[in-house]
Amino acid sequence: MLPSQQYRQPDAGGVLAALHQVNMRYGYLPQDEVRQVAIELGVPLSQVFSAATFYASFSFTPVGRHKLQVCEGTACYVKGAPALMGHLQAELGVAPDQTTEDMTFTLKRVRCVGSCGLAPVVRVDNETFGRLTHSDLGIILDKYR
Amino acid sequence: MPADLEPLHAAGRASLYPDRIKITVGMATCGLAAGADAVYEALSQRIKQRELDAVLVGTGCIGFCQQEPLVDVRLPGQGRVIYTQMTRPRARALVDHLAQTGTLPVDRAWAVIDQEESLVEDRVERFSRLPELSGVPAYSQQPFFASQRKIVLRNCGFVDPASCEEYVARGGYRALAGVLSEMTPQQVIDEVTRSGLRGRGGGGFSAGRKWQVARDVPGETKYVICNGDEGDPGAYMDRTVLESDPHSVIEGVIIGAYAIGAHQGYAYVRDEYPLAVERLTNALAQAEAHGLLGENILGSGFNFRLDLVRGAGAFVCGEETAMISSIEGGSGEPRPKPPYPAVAGLWGRPTVINNVKTFSTVPVIMARGGDWYAAVGAPGNTGTVVFSLVGQIANTGLVEVPLGMTLNDLLEGIGGGSGNGRAIKAVQTGGPSGGCLPARLFDMRITYEEMTSAGSIMGSGGMVVLDESACMVDVARYFLDFTTVESCGKCTACREGTGHLRAILTRITQGQGTPDDLALMEEVGQAVKAGSLCGLGQTAPNPALSTLRYFRDEYEAHVIEHRCPAGKCPVGA
Repeated sequence: MLPSQQYRQPDAGGVLAALHQVNMRYGYLPQDEVRQVAIELGVPLSQVFSAATFYASFSFTPVGRHKLQVCEGTACYVKGAPALMGHLQAELGVAPDQTTEDMTFTLKRVRCVGSCGLAPVVRVDNETFGRLTHSDLGIILDKYR
Repeated sequence: MPADLEPLHAAGRASLYPDRIKITVGMATCGLAAGADAVYEALSQRIKQRELDAVLVGTGCIGFCQQEPLVDVRLPGQGRVIYTQMTRPRARALVDHLAQTGTLPVDRAWAVIDQEESLVEDRVERFSRLPELSGVPAYSQQPFFASQRKIVLRNCGFVDPASCEEYVARGGYRALAGVLSEMTPQQVIDEVTRSGLRGRGGGGFSAGRKWQVARDVPGETKYVICNGDEGDPGAYMDRTVLESDPHSVIEGVIIGAYAIGAHQGYAYVRDEYPLAVERLTNALAQAEAHGLLGENILGSGFNFRLDLVRGAGAFVCGEETAMISSIEGGSGEPRPKPPYPAVAGLWGRPTVINNVKTFSTVPVIMARGGDWYAAVGAPGNTGTVVFSLVGQIANTGLVEVPLGMTLNDLLEGIGGGSGNGRAIKAVQTGGPSGGCLPARLFDMRITYEEMTSAGSIMGSGGMVVLDESACMVDVARYFLDFTTVESCGKCTACREGTGHLRAILTRITQGQGTPDDLALMEEVGQAVKAGSLCGLGQTAPNPALSTLRYFRDEYEAHVIEHRCPAGKCPVGA
């Protein structure tokens, strides 16, 4: 059989939905699982990898138990997000996109969570905290430690 | 009222206006970030403790972020009273007051909603208020709301987004029923064209004309896509609509599908909006269960499926051809236009892509007529526009105003100025594709054309206010950092050019810029605009070019005197 016949058109949004599923299960994309997605969907592995590497939501390396996102949207930026980010880097001892040694937090920058009215904002997993100052950060971190 | 909707309408009225005390907590993402869930919990516990006969529900966002968390209380037959900046102790005190006196406290009562407009049904309902609340301003008189005109946001903060019934009780799905039973697809398109509605994602293209093109292209298979990939930093209009009134979007998409002859649609929502994804998923299931989506909608014989696609964190996917690539096969790289998606879009088929707000406007146009809509706003710029008013502004929040309003009326009248004693220096509109407009232009009117000719764009509605403490060079550097990271890399001019612009801006902010850098920036900026396929690259230099145009003195201070007038940049370091 020719390669072009082995493959079929994925369902609309199918590749993204499958990668989201893997990501939800493991917190990141283990390479074997990505291969499995390609086989199960019947789409070229190159295409699945192309998508997996394209998006900010996916990572090929294990991440911490909690995703700690500092919003760097415009409103947060002008209201002090860089200082919050600096503070968190110092406190956790990691740079953005790195995970703490105890695998508790992965520090991420996010471009906007759309809670600009409460800037500056930090999001932990799906929980959003607004109108933050340095002193709030410790309380938030303790909640998840 | 169509017979199919009657039971939903009755159930919705009963939950909107119960015969008991009703306490409502604003629980969109912004409310939750300000602590609405803790307030809700405190209210719930106290209601139980005091055995108060009251219903406690969540709603979406009424748009006044500055005063979150918001709690509304409605006594049977009375207008809703809005309480601002609620905390757990204040929530408990509110329940205690209700339990002890049976009346409402005046303390922290910010406004009374003593009339509610059901826009679709063209009906205003009036409510009385307690005599002790006579001194509290009406909602319609509070400066923040007084000059707003809510069409897109008509139900936000007024219905429980988890309740299809409440949406129907405010006239929801009535327009759809009318369209399916009484109008031909061509009549629908003609009405939308007559309304003058333009694409609210920021492009400003006539929605009616786009639909006409897709309808006229021969072929059995057509698609409709709702663009909810709102990626501009500083913008959250679409998030609010999806979280607060998801059925309005669904109804608009179905009407659009009927008009162009599509039987399959997709709603693409960005991954950073988990609550919007959750609420839209829920609303889609409800619409299917009530026969409003799927086979033979409302007995009309029209079939339409609408599926949700969750993005994965890529700004470029908000561009329509990139979104199509993302839905088709994974990564989201844009394609050259023409052919436009309306001619050859998803899998090469005619595809109409419109923004969340465009779709949510459509039911109102169908119910009230294109001429009614065209009378709102300004000629050629009809209707309303939703802005997220954020940054250094006293009243941050989500506002909807008629097109043609001046920037001044928006910023001073509704926004209340900077609120910190410093003067407003500029507003940034249109996100990374837009520009910065200086204060001396604030008497200009908000129209697609005037915004563009001033060097910015209308955009999807993000409006970030900058006061004197902001450095315009730093703001430009911020946006070029954004576009450098988010450029998908397909076009060399965009991939390399945005990085160059970022490097130039970075060295200027670090005090290592030279006067030649300013000319170089302009040259690189023009090259990126000319050499990029999609809107991301074509507009990426705008933040740099517009600040250079209006704030050249700040750039010169950096490169000649090695001084940052706002004191923001480490120029001397």
